[in-house]
Amino acid sequence: MQKTVTPSGSPRDEAYNFAYLDEATKRMVRRALLKAVAVPGYQVPFGSREMPLARGWGTGGIQVTAAVIGPEDTLKVIDQGADDTTNAVSIRRFFARVAGVATTEATAEASIIQTRHRIPEAPLEAGQILVYQVPQPEPLRKLESSEAETRKMHAWGDYGPMYVRLYEDIARFGHVATTYSYPVLVNGRYVMSPSPIPKFDNPKMHMSAALQLFGAGREKRIYAIPPWTEVKSLDFEDHPFEVQKWDEPCALCGAPDSYLDEVITDDQGGRMFVCSDTHYCEGRRDAGHRGRLLGTDAGRALARDGE
Amino acid sequence: MQSMSSQPQLGKGFDEPVLASQRCFRQILAAMSEPGSVHRLGEDVESPTGVSAAAMLVLLTLVDHETPVWLAPRFASAATYLRFHCGAPVLEAPSAATFALVDGASVDLDLGAFNPGDDRYPDRSATLVVGCAAFEGGRDVSLSGPGIRGDITVSPAGLDAAFWQKVAANNARYPLGVDLILAAGNEIMCIPRSTRIARAAEAC
Amino acid sequence: MYVAVKGGEAAILATHDLVAEMRRGDTSVPEVSTAQIREQMSLAVARVMNEGSLADADLAALALKQAQGDAIEAAFLMRAYRTTLPRLGSSQPLDTAAMAIRRRVSATYKDLPGGQVLGPTYDYTHRLFDFGLTGTSDAPPSAMPSDVALDTRMPRVPDILGAEGLMEPETPPEGDPRPFDLTRDPVEFPADRDVRLQALARGDEGFLLGLAYSVQRGFGGNHPFAGEIRMGEVPVEFVPEELGFAVDIGDLTVTECQMVNQFKGSKHVAPQFTRGYGLAFGHAERKAMSMSIVDRALKGRELGEAASYPAQQDEFVLYHSDNVEAAGFVEHLKLPHYVDFQGELELIRRLRRELEERIAREAVESGVLPKAAE
Repeated sequence: MQKTVTPSGSPRDEAYNFAYLDEATKRMVRRALLKAVAVPGYQVPFGSREMPLARGWGTGGIQVTAAVIGPEDTLKVIDQGADDTTNAVSIRRFFARVAGVATTEATAEASIIQTRHRIPEAPLEAGQILVYQVPQPEPLRKLESSEAETRKMHAWGDYGPMYVRLYEDIARFGHVATTYSYPVLVNGRYVMSPSPIPKFDNPKMHMSAALQLFGAGREKRIYAIPPWTEVKSLDFEDHPFEVQKWDEPCALCGAPDSYLDEVITDDQGGRMFVCSDTHYCEGRRDAGHRGRLLGTDAGRALARDGE
Repeated sequence: MQSMSSQPQLGKGFDEPVLASQRCFRQILAAMSEPGSVHRLGEDVESPTGVSAAAMLVLLTLVDHETPVWLAPRFASAATYLRFHCGAPVLEAPSAATFALVDGASVDLDLGAFNPGDDRYPDRSATLVVGCAAFEGGRDVSLSGPGIRGDITVSPAGLDAAFWQKVAANNARYPLGVDLILAAGNEIMCIPRSTRIARAAEAC
Repeated sequence: MYVAVKGGEAAILATHDLVAEMRRGDTSVPEVSTAQIREQMSLAVARVMNEGSLADADLAALALKQAQGDAIEAAFLMRAYRTTLPRLGSSQPLDTAAMAIRRRVSATYKDLPGGQVLGPTYDYTHRLFDFGLTGTSDAPPSAMPSDVALDTRMPRVPDILGAEGLMEPETPPEGDPRPFDLTRDPVEFPADRDVRLQALARGDEGFLLGLAYSVQRGFGGNHPFAGEIRMGEVPVEFVPEELGFAVDIGDLTVTECQMVNQFKGSKHVAPQFTRGYGLAFGHAERKAMSMSIVDRALKGRELGEAASYPAQQDEFVLYHSDNVEAAGFVEHLKLPHYVDFQGELELIRRLRRELEERIAREAVESGVLPKAAE
């Protein structure tokens, strides 16, 4: 693999405290993180600060990462599974500047992975921390708009309405019509939003070796799943949970088992399907796997062969 | 920071607070994420007499003026240290404490005296740093639950005979309950409220 | 090319250069100074200070310059900077009764002690362009000072009503605790008045204006009277720990509005008017008035009124009045969502395919279609 760990190019920006947040704020976030870990899946309110990035653009994940990260860490940031999407680049640059940490695109080499909308395809290992950016932490919000009410529903384990909603989908469409942010039950107690990851990724949360931390900056909530914790996607005996499948493998690396992005190649209905996890796809290509369109112009443009 | 000469009885805190507290926190986070696992806090600290370095490092990392602390009588000498280094209010009664430093060997340890959180906000519960003698040599106890692959047998030493019964009762209140950070020497082990307790002997 | 999304670092850096170029505009036109913005765009500066939650006219002017006059972007700059400032302590409560008045009007009394002081206002201008402003003028505008000095006593109208027992008193909660700070701690619902007032004070002027208007039009039950609006300078006092007494640390320009609303009472409690309160940095009357109407609407819970309309619901108002949060979340839709969208595409195609298959199958079973159609 051509890219591994990149030492932070320039020294840390000393105008700011290490990792930007002041120490009192870090302590506050750290205390919230420990409670989140102690009660898996429960949303801990925290004094979310106003960050120099817009609310809704990862400020929750950034605050969690800032409270956790140290100079020894190696950080990977992905958005939609890709390391080179604009938001991922922007957040990676932020931490390289304020924390001076090394960054990487290699999943296995990262000690902290901040993500928006995906879990990497390669299984995470013990000791790794996955930090999710969360826009709406409340899985019940679409059923009940009031925070005061949803908090009571969690307190009493009143999740009947959620199952009713899912079953209404089955009655109408024959399937649960939720494809991302698919709710899960954590440690048999709290219904939790996995953030807008595709439901394809839900099974990776179950009994993961890594620690999973969730930060919702605008909504001011932190929650967590410790390693080796039961995470069950809500379903019914007669309609068990299932994940997305594609009719064809990745056009670049031939992976038959990864989550695929659909790329429109022309305005005549032409399209190709490629791995959403760019690092996974590159790794497979480096190992000699070849997809149907790897040698073509369209394939070359996407595979970043020109770089 | 005040000079040592004006505070002769006061030990030093973190040498480099920003990075040292980050290193300590990562160990505490790892310990809380994997109950029963032992983690070393490597920072150099001069803790008050009778208080382990690990216990003091946990408090230095997490406590400040926003988190009232309660100290078991045996650790009362830590009050000055906590006020000076953390600015933490030290309380007379345990019920309102966010953090507490308690003695695992004491028959008087009452986990029910601390805030267990409430149904809507279980996160408002207390975190207890529990002094013990060592992480080996005590009675075998089997732990299971989130953060533990299958189960794990631990044997911390220097705990009261009824200690694990109290911890099991704490777990029975889940999702309410206090979270425990056992501390001995330079090491810690966490028992959050989510951890289920079984005597290894009973499993035989 | 689709490079905007699979962009990478170079493209991002280029956007910074392009926005700097757009900000400057035509370089043959002189650059605007932050002092010019501070002095000549003072109402925009006030808005940015209010919604940025930071009273610093120079920084607000810089924020407006940097944001090309975009008030929300400027407020965002103020907020992000504000988070990094250390908190040295809290001032004493402002005493607006001791304000050095520049403007003070009451709609509830024809005349009152201190009189009506019109001050600087657009209220009586005709909205006709002053084309003289397109150039620069050599003669600075000057207002003739009045022969009569302003009355030194300018009692606040609600205090006048209060002396007669007609206005609900405003008393701090027991023990006069330090007010909640929603920029430090997460808000819990139902929210208390200190939380609500703080949220309204930094809330979006346009959003609060719309909510206040909805109350007036009938989406809310109260009829407000503008008891008083006053604008001027108030001293800020601070008690340093080491001194133990209050010292004057400077003046703030503020606008205060107190709305007098329909009275409440019962068989046993004598009826009293209820109050809505608004306070804003700088000259910001529309903001202070909107705030005071929404404040009164949100008091419904304490006064036993039904919360049937948006302006009366604290969760609705507090969660949605913050324009920096709202802008962030609305505009985050610009970020790539193609992973989620792919999930939706997969599902909608499958559902359509299954439906078509079922229709075809049912048609065959009912014998409508000839076998050959397969």
